[in-house]
Amino acid sequence: MRPFEEDFKLLNNTLQEMGALVARSIRRSVFSFIEKNEDFAHQVIRDEARVDQLEIQIDDLATSLIVRDQPVASDMRLVVVAIKISTDLERMGDLAVNIVERSLSLMKQPPLPEPVDFNALTSTVESMVLGSLAAFSQRDATLAREIVSSDDAVDKMRAAIYNQVIAIMQMEPSCIPRAQDYLIIARSLERISDHATNIAEDVIFLAQGIDVRHRQLEGAPVL
Amino acid sequence: MSPRMATRPEATKMAVTPETTMIPTSTESTQKTATSTPKIRASSVNFFYGSFKALHDVSMEFNENRVTALIGPSGCGKSTFLRNLNRINETLRDTRLEGEITLDGQNIMDFDITEVRRRVGMVFQRPNPFPKSIFENIVYGPKINGMLKGTTAAEVVEKSLRRAALWDEAKDKLHESAYALSGGQQQRLCIARALAVNPEVLLLDEPCSALDPIATAKIEDLLVTLKEQCTIVIVTHNMQQAARVADTTGFFLMGRLIEHDKTDVIFKNPARRETEDYITGRFG
Repeated sequence: MRPFEEDFKLLNNTLQEMGALVARSIRRSVFSFIEKNEDFAHQVIRDEARVDQLEIQIDDLATSLIVRDQPVASDMRLVVVAIKISTDLERMGDLAVNIVERSLSLMKQPPLPEPVDFNALTSTVESMVLGSLAAFSQRDATLAREIVSSDDAVDKMRAAIYNQVIAIMQMEPSCIPRAQDYLIIARSLERISDHATNIAEDVIFLAQGIDVRHRQLEGAPVL
Repeated sequence: MSPRMATRPEATKMAVTPETTMIPTSTESTQKTATSTPKIRASSVNFFYGSFKALHDVSMEFNENRVTALIGPSGCGKSTFLRNLNRINETLRDTRLEGEITLDGQNIMDFDITEVRRRVGMVFQRPNPFPKSIFENIVYGPKINGMLKGTTAAEVVEKSLRRAALWDEAKDKLHESAYALSGGQQQRLCIARALAVNPEVLLLDEPCSALDPIATAKIEDLLVTLKEQCTIVIVTHNMQQAARVADTTGFFLMGRLIEHDKTDVIFKNPARRETEDYITGRFG
């Protein structure tokens, strides 16, 4: 393997390491919220620094590759995508921290008058995160397209939770402060799915050189 | 919320067109034709050095007012192909050309050789000014082609040097030896000399390989300007140079044209694995 190939491999591996760390933080943030687990919440907060460090490391590797190797074709696409995916992952890590901060706050308060079911939303978001990372790892554009098409379902689940929580707030104004935590968690999960979708779109570009952002996948012109 | 709004809310307001957002995939033929008129067309060209077949069935079009780069590893046939476009290879013994090369639709073999050389100029890897003054280097071609009627030699010299972006540097030493110029200036002098006979096509065989980055940048800027006046074909080993100056790029390998497409496509998403391996440095 030639030296520059080692650099591309390192970039790829670092991105995968960051992806695995962020996926774990998201999983722990969800577990912390659902199971009221304080330990996992603190681990997510602790891991955030490592996520930030990996983002900087990936940007540094990518810019060095641009300067030294002037990458083209699939190498160029990997460098471009690495910079974008690391930004998405870093924001996903921040959102996981938002979730655990709200979880820690909720742990000190009584539950809402009626249960709010987050199971469908959390499992869909988690599978989108894992799917987008698997698609990246395998350069699987087909899987990436499936992730992109899941995003609408998440929007609907988030809207359903919003409607239920707002109804609870109207019914019982005294629980508004803690109900807001539920809204923030639902919003954070939905935004995590948005970032997973961004990653999936970047994987399609990486694997096939096609830019599918801001357009319907079906019927998109392919030049 | 749409996914991208999480990071770039303003993006949803952008007008989206295939041209602005899609990177074309190279699924079309390797002999893809761009939108403008072919100035030169090579059809099924084979070329032999003795019994060695250096080019295999190469078909390629060069469109008017476009820069086409030919890239590929050493010995792949790109320079051989280039040298067929103005019949320079005819000067070599024991060579043979099969197939057809046309200039404006006419077979170049039907032209008088002098006319081919006037209409299709050539600049070589190493600057090769005549051992004469700058002025004499420029007027040599117009003089032997009888092109100085109705215009003065001084006018031709100034016009040619201006077109080659050399006038400001050379105007005060026109009658000094061309060898007094720097390497980069000598190469621009050779371009000016080629331009003095108003060629319709300019062939350049690695014109910057002996030049420093500043001289190279000047030549590249010049090519972008010159394409408004003529069709340019450049052989280069410098892929960044091809990416910077060429509208289309052709990749040669072992005497075959592997892929010819828009330069953006070649360097972002080439259709052929061989091209990808070569331009990413994994060839071989």
